[in-house]
Amino acid sequence: MAELTYREALRRALDEELERDDRVFLMGEEIGRFEGSYKVTAGLWAKYGPKRVRETPISEEGFVGAGIGAAMLGLRPVVEIMTINFILVAQDMVVNHAAKIRYMFGGKVGVPMVIRTPGGAGAQLTAQHSQSLEVWFAHVPGLKVVAPSNPADAYGLLKSAIRDDDPVLFVENLVLYNVTGSVPEPEEDFTVPLGRAHVAREGADLTIVAHSYTVRRALAVADRLARSGLEAEVIDLRTLRPLDVDTVVESVRKTNRVLIAEEGWATYGVGAELAARVGRACFDDLDAPPERVAGAEVPMPYAKPLELAALALEDKVEAAARSLLAECGLVGTG
Amino acid sequence: MARAVDEAHDVLQDREQALRLLRMMLLIRRFDERAEEQYTRARIGGYCHLSIGEEAANVGTIDCLEADDYLFASYRDHAAALAVGSSPAAVMAELFGKETGVARGYGGSMHLLDVDRRFLGGWGIVGGHLPIAVGAALALDYRDVAGAVLCQFGDGATNIGAFHEALNLAALWGLPIVFQVINNLYGMGTSVEQSSAEPELYKRSCAYRMHGERVDGNDLLAVREAAGRLLTRAREESKPALLETTTYRFRGHSVADAGKAYRTAEELASWRERDPITRYAELLREHDLLEDGQLESMRKEVADEISEAIREAAAAPAPEPDRLYENVYGDESWREQFARMDTAAPFGERLETRTWQS
Repeated sequence: MAELTYREALRRALDEELERDDRVFLMGEEIGRFEGSYKVTAGLWAKYGPKRVRETPISEEGFVGAGIGAAMLGLRPVVEIMTINFILVAQDMVVNHAAKIRYMFGGKVGVPMVIRTPGGAGAQLTAQHSQSLEVWFAHVPGLKVVAPSNPADAYGLLKSAIRDDDPVLFVENLVLYNVTGSVPEPEEDFTVPLGRAHVAREGADLTIVAHSYTVRRALAVADRLARSGLEAEVIDLRTLRPLDVDTVVESVRKTNRVLIAEEGWATYGVGAELAARVGRACFDDLDAPPERVAGAEVPMPYAKPLELAALALEDKVEAAARSLLAECGLVGTG
Repeated sequence: MARAVDEAHDVLQDREQALRLLRMMLLIRRFDERAEEQYTRARIGGYCHLSIGEEAANVGTIDCLEADDYLFASYRDHAAALAVGSSPAAVMAELFGKETGVARGYGGSMHLLDVDRRFLGGWGIVGGHLPIAVGAALALDYRDVAGAVLCQFGDGATNIGAFHEALNLAALWGLPIVFQVINNLYGMGTSVEQSSAEPELYKRSCAYRMHGERVDGNDLLAVREAAGRLLTRAREESKPALLETTTYRFRGHSVADAGKAYRTAEELASWRERDPITRYAELLREHDLLEDGQLESMRKEVADEISEAIREAAAAPAPEPDRLYENVYGDESWREQFARMDTAAPFGERLETRTWQS
């Protein structure tokens, strides 16, 4: 095991897959000489050259489409979109094309492509650069959506995504890039399968479900609750499509309470989806309706106090958790 | 121009080839005439876009494709499928939504393909397939294969952003691709003049320092000469090009459109006089390549072939509803990946709502 940042873990996965399979190549804005807007691809252009690490102009629809075409001919492109906000100009390529190709052509051709892109907010990047749009894609049959919360998962899931035969949207998070964690050594060929959630912390009183950066917030909240003698179980979804409902359901059958936290907007979000599914599967197990906490439903403002008010920070998650527990007669100690 | 004449002579000196091209245009014409009829008889659903009148623009370019070349087409793709050699019965079966269709009944009229013949689709979003075709050319370049991509689209596609991004990338990266705009003068009911500030569409290549040229798309040999030259240049020198073939659709935008509200009877009549099939047949007669009565016997032959294709397609089985979830994903582990998404069904659907399963 090595102690790596999330960024370094992603870079190691890219490096290993480039080394392992010559069909794999990277494509995106500023990923070469500039070494990546967030430096994920640092050193790879120098190591693999311009053919394997292809720099593109600001032309997301063009190069996402080019990735699709190259994938249809059997290559394995890993396309970087500088942030998830910019994927909207390539939405037609992702939703109308990549997601549909295998099906509408009767299974005769596929699109083994990964699109990597960071989402998230919190650095005063304002309305057009602070979104968490992964649920837009998780809605679409034909796509797979991955959103790791820690370096080991980032490493193992990216390797799985690149080896997958279907189009995968791999959602990173701006705030996570510098987070460190233990990552297995290359010799282990460690991968994390798609569609498997992870119980990040065990607990008996409440299930908190989250993905990406919000998992860290949920774990911090679980620590705070523990100080009051309340035990939260934290589930890291890891992938949003496929969605591991079973792991959530198993947990809720044990805790009888569920809070879904997410960085994006709640309406039609991950929490909405899970509340419906858990509500049905655990109808007789629930002591209270599923609860949600999410980002405020406004375009992200700039001024720090406004931004802090809009984010689904620990305090908000904790308040929602305590309120839900209190509703069930659990107020904890201290 | 001298080369154009030489190339034309090539065809005109080879009776078998000259007649093969005529036969293909006749086959496409007859196929679409019968598709129109079958649509009105409700054997074909959805949209159905015909290429009647545009046969030379299709056959002229597609005939130049070689073994390592790829073809992408718009949703007006029946001609493309037939021109690459897909079986008319399998194409008609796709229009009928049958299991034996080229896309097994999942795609329909707009999403024909033939992977073995390197025809990678009929695409339904105007201009959306252009960046994808660029990616195919990128893959040829990446693998150092001496092939080229022919990407067809209509005049309407030249105003979408994807067109400009695709041309820029192809030129910037020096990719082996020929973009063919089949300019039939109208995007649905909107004329090129109404929609394009530069109506001479081939000139748009200038913005990307790309070669562009316009040919009479109803002159089979002129189209074939230009396409042959530009595809060779793409293959050998990895240089992209924009080829504009001007033509006219004798029918409306789709079978549901009569095509008369936005066009005059005089305009239609003037284009009828330039029918690409009639023109080519006359040329062959002038060169003693087409005997008296031969055109009629060829028409009869292709009509019989299409009738047989319709019979076959009509008799073929429709896909069973239990194939609904096939091919959404292709990774061999997809079932395992999705197994935990719901305890009842792979995509969260409740088992009891799947009425077709007993």
